[in-house]
Amino acid sequence: MAQIFHHSTNTFSRITIYGAIFVLAFLTWCFATLDRSGYETREGQVRDQPVPFSHAHHVADDGIDCRYCHTSVETSNTANIPPTKICMNCHSEIWNRAPMLEPVRASFRDGTSILWTRVHDLPDYVYFNHSIHVNKGVGCETCHGRVDRMPLMYQQNSLQMQWCLNCHRNPEKYVRPRAEVFTMGYQPPEDQETMGRRLVAEYKIQDARALTSCSTCHR
Amino acid sequence: MNEPNQPQAAGKSREEIEHHDHHGADDAAHTERKLDLPAVRALLEKSHGREYWRSLEDLAETDAFQDLMHREFPRYASEWEDGDSRRNFIKLMGASLALAGLTACTRQPTEHIAPYIRQPEELVPGRPLFFATAMPLGSGSTGVLVESHEGRPTKIEGNPDHPASLGAADVYTQASVLGLYDPDRSQALTLDGEIRSWGAFLGAIQQAINLQRAKRGAGLRLLTETVTSPTLAAQIKQMLADFPLAKWHQWEPVARHSATAGARLAFGQPLNTTYDFSAAGVIVSLDADFLSSGPGSLRYARQFAAKRRVRGNQTEMNRLYVVEPMPTPTGSKADHRMPLRAADVEQFAWSLASALGAETAGRRGTPTAADKWIGPLVRDLQNHKGASLIIAGEYQSPAVHALAHAMNASLGNVGKTVFYTDPVEAEPADQVASLYDLVKDLDAGAVDLLLVLGGNFVYDAPVELGFRDRLKKAQLRVHLSLQEDETSHYCQWHLPMTHYLETWSDCRAHDGTVTIMQPLIAPLYAGKSAHEVLAMVTNKPEQSSYEIVKAYWAAQHKGADFEAWWRKAVHDGVVPDTALPAKAASLRAGWASPSPQPAQPQGLEVIFRPDPAVYDGRFANNGWLQEFPRPITQLTWDNAAIMSPRTAQEKGVVTSDLIEIAYRGYKMRAPVFIQPGHADGSVTVHLGYGRTRAGHVGTRIGFNAYGMRTSHALWQDYGLEVRKAGSDYLLVSIQDYHALDTERHTIEKADIAEYRKNPDVIQEDYEQPAPGLTLYPGFKYDKYAWGMAIDLTACMGCGACVVACQAENNIAVVGKEEVHHGRHMHWLRVDSYFHGAIDAPEIYNQPVPCMQCENAPCELVCPVQATNHSSEGLNDMVYNRCVGTRYCSNNCPYKVRRFNFFLFSDWTTPSLKLQRNPDVSVRSRGVMEKCTYCVQRINRAKIDAEEANRVVRDGEIQTACQATCPTEAIIFGNINDPNSRVAKMKSEKTNYGLLADLNTRPRTTYLAALRNPNPEIEV
Repeated sequence: MAQIFHHSTNTFSRITIYGAIFVLAFLTWCFATLDRSGYETREGQVRDQPVPFSHAHHVADDGIDCRYCHTSVETSNTANIPPTKICMNCHSEIWNRAPMLEPVRASFRDGTSILWTRVHDLPDYVYFNHSIHVNKGVGCETCHGRVDRMPLMYQQNSLQMQWCLNCHRNPEKYVRPRAEVFTMGYQPPEDQETMGRRLVAEYKIQDARALTSCSTCHR
Repeated sequence: MNEPNQPQAAGKSREEIEHHDHHGADDAAHTERKLDLPAVRALLEKSHGREYWRSLEDLAETDAFQDLMHREFPRYASEWEDGDSRRNFIKLMGASLALAGLTACTRQPTEHIAPYIRQPEELVPGRPLFFATAMPLGSGSTGVLVESHEGRPTKIEGNPDHPASLGAADVYTQASVLGLYDPDRSQALTLDGEIRSWGAFLGAIQQAINLQRAKRGAGLRLLTETVTSPTLAAQIKQMLADFPLAKWHQWEPVARHSATAGARLAFGQPLNTTYDFSAAGVIVSLDADFLSSGPGSLRYARQFAAKRRVRGNQTEMNRLYVVEPMPTPTGSKADHRMPLRAADVEQFAWSLASALGAETAGRRGTPTAADKWIGPLVRDLQNHKGASLIIAGEYQSPAVHALAHAMNASLGNVGKTVFYTDPVEAEPADQVASLYDLVKDLDAGAVDLLLVLGGNFVYDAPVELGFRDRLKKAQLRVHLSLQEDETSHYCQWHLPMTHYLETWSDCRAHDGTVTIMQPLIAPLYAGKSAHEVLAMVTNKPEQSSYEIVKAYWAAQHKGADFEAWWRKAVHDGVVPDTALPAKAASLRAGWASPSPQPAQPQGLEVIFRPDPAVYDGRFANNGWLQEFPRPITQLTWDNAAIMSPRTAQEKGVVTSDLIEIAYRGYKMRAPVFIQPGHADGSVTVHLGYGRTRAGHVGTRIGFNAYGMRTSHALWQDYGLEVRKAGSDYLLVSIQDYHALDTERHTIEKADIAEYRKNPDVIQEDYEQPAPGLTLYPGFKYDKYAWGMAIDLTACMGCGACVVACQAENNIAVVGKEEVHHGRHMHWLRVDSYFHGAIDAPEIYNQPVPCMQCENAPCELVCPVQATNHSSEGLNDMVYNRCVGTRYCSNNCPYKVRRFNFFLFSDWTTPSLKLQRNPDVSVRSRGVMEKCTYCVQRINRAKIDAEEANRVVRDGEIQTACQATCPTEAIIFGNINDPNSRVAKMKSEKTNYGLLADLNTRPRTTYLAALRNPNPEIEV
């Protein structure tokens, strides 16, 4: 019986078999890269919101403190998305006819919440607590970036566990004096680590073993 | 006695198990060891008994028990049993895809945030608020603090300021929050099954009421459960004043029928009895389960446990004698317990009273097995005049109550350990007579409008009344209830009722203390309270519960500034000075007329008792309670005909056989459960099962014991006939699941006399390898090292901790089939152990949470590091990392890890989502879970402390099980702090670790069970 396949097909099948290893490795690399990419983590992506609220305007131009709106950032796990009432404190007086703010007025009128799209969305099995970070000298900016330069809000960092651990393993590299926590554009001193170690001791920040215990964040 | 087909503990026949047991097929030739009662008995007598045992199957060393003991989960837990079908194939393929990790290849779904419009004052998002209210049940109530997360009540804790709680809560209270979110609650007002509006009902009722107004209410009847609410009582009185010919009837199947009748017999008036166990050195319980059931039991348990807490040189213990038919948590704490038939308890009471010289008109009881106690017992009681206490069971006959009153009077206990007050009930009527009266009027066609507020009378009224058919004789029937139940089905109008967490109301505790109940949430389904419905009837349709309750108390309030008084009363959960004052009461001369000797008992005795989990049936649709393993029996999802080993042997039946029970012409089928320590010649049946319209959870499970409960004998009677009718009923008791080897000193115990002589008696018995005997480096704990100590002398096995843990930690309900397969999810279990003869064993209870071992076997075997040692000594469990190899549970000697074999958590029902604790992950399928010492509470307290720049104070963190424990048996804290309560307990000489010889170094340790038997009584 004559051969069905030509002799040259052997080469073709060899390439396929050996190549499969590279193909698999490539796919794995693609998967890993995708998983860490901004596409997956939504790092740097502006999300659509019912009202195009500008942090840049309110923080940088108006000089409003973070805590005016995010009232529970020092006392609770959540920083609090401000109730409509807080918007209306000012906007019943200024820009009270701006069409852009109609959803805010509608909310206040009808008693229905403004449905914001979540920008910083940790998985449900992560129990992040704002108050302890703020109280231990972690600046807003350290995680959220230069909010005062964000006309529309986006997520500055990946918020992946690897990123959290950078600080949980070496808090001295990131802590700042409590007085500077809410400062935007804070310039750390040259010897951040020296000051960091002093602050870690002063603020009684737990050691890396405690900070990297699983139940610190997961339960 | 030959049993051809001996079912085993799990309720499955050996054949069925073999069918699933592919591994065991090769040793099929090996002869199997089965349960053989006479042999067990002989074995026990010959060898003076094993030190302790877990069940009859354990004693007999049946193959089935051995198999359960040697495995982490029962053999069939990890078997796929659903057969092959296309659906299952697709499901499996889906699961495989998930296992391949590909489900992670998606972006997180977009989530939205809905902030407040106007944020309520005092509310900080993310921080729960606690509100005081009370849960009424029967003739009492438990004061509670309800945890509210942004307006959702999620967890119930006891109110430390409330006299009936003192900070503890029982299983019903703990589970009541699930009742609020029950998706089967009635969601609409209906007329003959069709949805109507409240306006339509108002029109109809006012028409009917106007007719009654003309007749001065001659055709108006009100039917309620026992009423303790002062406001509701005032409303009813007002209604009766408006309609002088109307009548009010009360019926509650588990009311204090006997106690009230007993007080009438002894004093000629319906007095309420309260007790002070903190002043009682010797206690005799005449079938009274005062530690775990009935109004005030939480307080009594706290006081009782405090009087037998042995610490260091404090070795004084009170002494408890119990006679009872069915082992109860109180019986398990007895220093002397004698199983007596329920009717014999009365005979014993007569004998004891006459020996004590109390007024009995010269009558003595017929002799019982407990008579051998009488000499020493009388001496013990007389040595403790004014410091002893005799307590009659709620379900014992009026004569037993009267005898207890007479004995307490003759021992000078009244005013010291026993107090009398006016009744807590607004109208302590004879409820049976009241119901008969109603039936007479129904038969005469005199009832035009029957207003039924709460209760489920078609289901639970005495069977001879045929209430279902008689009810129809009322022209217009209105039923207000939480669920569209059996009674609603036979009423034209069904009105949805508010849950107690949804309404303003008030209620009284066992001692009369009033709590003004406040709502935690607006009614979920537009329900109305009994107050509002009554207001509609009395022509004030627009009044809300808030206005009604507040107006009542404004009228009661004397003095200025009612508003401040009201705010404080609502805030505290206790209205000051409302406990009823103690009253002097003197025995009626000649109360004990020498009545004829009881007739010779015919047949077996039948004993009706409320179920320890579903009570009188009202909680039948509560999954937590259905799955809650009943104290001692560890039965779940069923009631059973419970009998002693000897009675079962005589009748030729074994556990999970089906029998036909016949009593006074009523017949029904029931599964058998053999309970060591049950009285011979009696069969205990629990009420509350066999519901036909309970909801998805509770309908058609168990058998309805109300079907043979007549008003002639509400609690017990002779004349029960038993006939075997089948076998292999699937009766699930988890007693033998997660079994530890009882040869290995799981329970350490001693008599107090022994302990006084040699405080090291426990330590001598128990070995723990020296520290450092491990290849792994030790851990260092600089600041906190969390630990727990559980006092087995205090634990009575009531199981409140099990339900509290379930509520706190979002633990799933799995259902009867899955429990049978050993897949139940409770993180905390309460094991029962027995010691001594199988007819009257001593009973020990042991709560077993995760031991948080120092050298944890689970941590070493996890291939993905999903379980790790934390810096404070917890064995952390990371759900999101777990891939479900189950190596950890395989390696856990305590069998405390639980695996989600399927998707057990309900991820879809909207109302159940509201109940979840937002601080704990809801676990999905394929994930291992276990107790973490309520790490969410630890973290919350630590964060609060760090922000305030201090350390966590002792007692600041209470685990859910600890917080609810009535006897303070469970103590949690920082063992690095030598002054903490837990460290002090661990330094006691009674402290021991479970299976400590394995060198696991458990963080949870136990204090040995101590008893104080009377040396004059031979065991």
